[in-house]
Amino acid sequence: MDIYRAHVLVCGGTGCSSSGSATLIERFEQKIAENGLEKEVKVIRTGCFGLCEAGPVVIVYPDGTFYSRVKPENVDEIVTEHLLKGRKVEHLVYTDHATKEQNAEKALEDINFYKHQMRIALRNCGVIDPENIDEYLAMDGYRALEKALTSMTREEVIDEVLKSGLRGRGGAGFPTGKKWQFAYNSVSDQKFVACNADEGDPGAFMDRSILEGDPHAVIEAMAIAGYAIGASIGYIYVRAEYPIAVKRLQVAIGQAEEYGLLGDNILGTGFNFHLYIRLGAGAFVCGEETALMHSIEGKRGEPTTRPPFPAVKGLFEKPTMLNNVETYANIAQIILKGADWYSSIGTEKSKGTKVFALGGKINNTGLVEVPMGTTLRTVIYEVGGGCPNGKKFKAVQTGGPSGGCLPESLLDTPVDYDNLIAAGSMMGSGGMIVMDEDNCMVDIARFYLEFIVDESCGKCTPCRVGTKRMLEILNRIVEGKGEEGDIEKLEELATTIKSTALCGLGQTAPNPVLSTLRFFRDEYEAHIKEKRCPAHHCQKLLQYVITDKCRGCTACARVCPAGAITGEVKQQHVIDPKKCLKCGACMEKCRFGAIIKI
Amino acid sequence: MDDERAKFAELEKLIADHKDQPGALMPVLQGAQAIFGCVSEDVQKVIAEGLGVTLAEVYGVATFYAQFSLHPKGKYLVNVCLGTACYVKGSQSILDKLCKLLNVPVGGTTPDGLFTVEATRCLGACGLAPVMMINGRVYGRLTPDAVPAIIDEYRNGAGENA
Repeated sequence: MDIYRAHVLVCGGTGCSSSGSATLIERFEQKIAENGLEKEVKVIRTGCFGLCEAGPVVIVYPDGTFYSRVKPENVDEIVTEHLLKGRKVEHLVYTDHATKEQNAEKALEDINFYKHQMRIALRNCGVIDPENIDEYLAMDGYRALEKALTSMTREEVIDEVLKSGLRGRGGAGFPTGKKWQFAYNSVSDQKFVACNADEGDPGAFMDRSILEGDPHAVIEAMAIAGYAIGASIGYIYVRAEYPIAVKRLQVAIGQAEEYGLLGDNILGTGFNFHLYIRLGAGAFVCGEETALMHSIEGKRGEPTTRPPFPAVKGLFEKPTMLNNVETYANIAQIILKGADWYSSIGTEKSKGTKVFALGGKINNTGLVEVPMGTTLRTVIYEVGGGCPNGKKFKAVQTGGPSGGCLPESLLDTPVDYDNLIAAGSMMGSGGMIVMDEDNCMVDIARFYLEFIVDESCGKCTPCRVGTKRMLEILNRIVEGKGEEGDIEKLEELATTIKSTALCGLGQTAPNPVLSTLRFFRDEYEAHIKEKRCPAHHCQKLLQYVITDKCRGCTACARVCPAGAITGEVKQQHVIDPKKCLKCGACMEKCRFGAIIKI
Repeated sequence: MDDERAKFAELEKLIADHKDQPGALMPVLQGAQAIFGCVSEDVQKVIAEGLGVTLAEVYGVATFYAQFSLHPKGKYLVNVCLGTACYVKGSQSILDKLCKLLNVPVGGTTPDGLFTVEATRCLGACGLAPVMMINGRVYGRLTPDAVPAIIDEYRNGAGENA
């Protein structure tokens, strides 16, 4: 193996890819060759580093210098200065949003964003080349599979997972070991292992990053699961919207088969395990386990009632054990390092770490992995760097369409399954969307309901009809047509849907409305009673006004499609609220910031 | 017509390849969507016969999933992300701008067959919000003002290589 004195890691995750990291890699390779460094410096395309906000991201090892928002024209400078002369390119080094600190001496691990993190599921993301199995092997890859197959009985493997306290990372938090045990206990000629990679929660992309950055971690864990429960076939159900993840999985499965780590007689132990990819086709409900299995069977992805549970009668009527991507990504480490190590991390009832996708109005958007029990405040302010542009924090949404919005007063809640539920939200798959003072909570609730109405499979009435009625009420409220009694109607519908819908998605669908009603009821009341949107967001409830900053340039009057703006040249203009369509074109056009929304 | 015949031949091969595999309908429909750009009634009939399932079952599956379309779409599929992270950062205004610019409703195709505008739920590029995707290429950190220039690139045929 060749030894290089420096490695240039370029992020090839979705975020950085779309900000042009592929061009960077080409440019680096070209410039390195031009300078005759190809035997000394190696360029590697890795998975996601997590800090998507700073993308495209480049890290130079051995020093761990963290360059952010690198443009193709910056590559020459990094090569000639840093790689050739050993001088870091200070002005390209990552700047911490919160502290405004730009310190070239600070390695990756010391940056605020990474300091509070503990990476278990994401351990190899951004570290190895996901399309090269040798790099995974060098990081103890497939050693857990070897350990399980050669020195542990099936019962011991299940026991280890059970003792680790690992709970399903897909949302509900069911103990993983118990799931394995149920499937193990089922007697059948054929059993299946399945992986839920139909990451449908808007705002969550950890499964995508794991598949793109470390696909072998999931493959290895599925093989271990297959051994433990007695299954020889596995299916990974991936969203079709994730083309890079699908490609890397295909490459990884091919390599694992070639190395004899998948297929027949794995590692000479007589254990057979074959893995197949199935693509989703754009249906949120397929994240529900029974719906997902129907979809793999080639049917409409509609859920069915449980029992029978999949562990008894699942895919093709056979016992099936289904876990989510992030859950699997923890397995190999649990087998290698032991249940005691894993259960020493986290809180009493939620062990280990959790990956969160930080998004919305937050400085450091990206993926973070923190020990369970870390407070929301630490995640949002220490890791995430708080809200940008000095805006005031209003709420954080966790759990996607099944979760809720939590206000400032609950920021000191330690994040784990039980605490989030007690606070009126839920863990979900780990989306964490931050909202600031400009976001209207009624509109956010309406947004989620619209999502649910779109995605409801239509099988059961509470979800199909009930959520639609709720959406109609919310639409009226944001349009200024809210009536007395609307809030009570929403609450009644929500309670009914919660207790009568067929599957988990329907039962949790009203949560965004219930949680915003609980913590932001005043905003609902302002919309209904005063026909006012406190966040100045809802178009129909706004009034555009021209202040005395107006210079009379007439730009707004010319752009107004309704002819609602009048005034003499060089005189302050006025908007006729009766004619105003509230399109906002004038405000966009004004160069003096003279038009405001009230 | 030859072109059409070649496509149907490809479909027959696709069906033959998947016929004996459990749960074949989904992969076959996905393949058909890729070959034809949509799964029309004629295509569905061929699939139903080939796999030995009823047309009703094929239609049921084809209409259940958002990925399958019964009608042809434009050459460029513009998907604006309305996932939470993008929505919070104003992706609705990107979508509005596009619809106004191309003069089509959401889901509509321009008369010249070039663009179809759709809203999608989360492309998983939340770090770049708000984003849109044109034929698989992601455009991030968008503002409504940036939209016309991007569309023009595709109109002039330059976008594909960009």
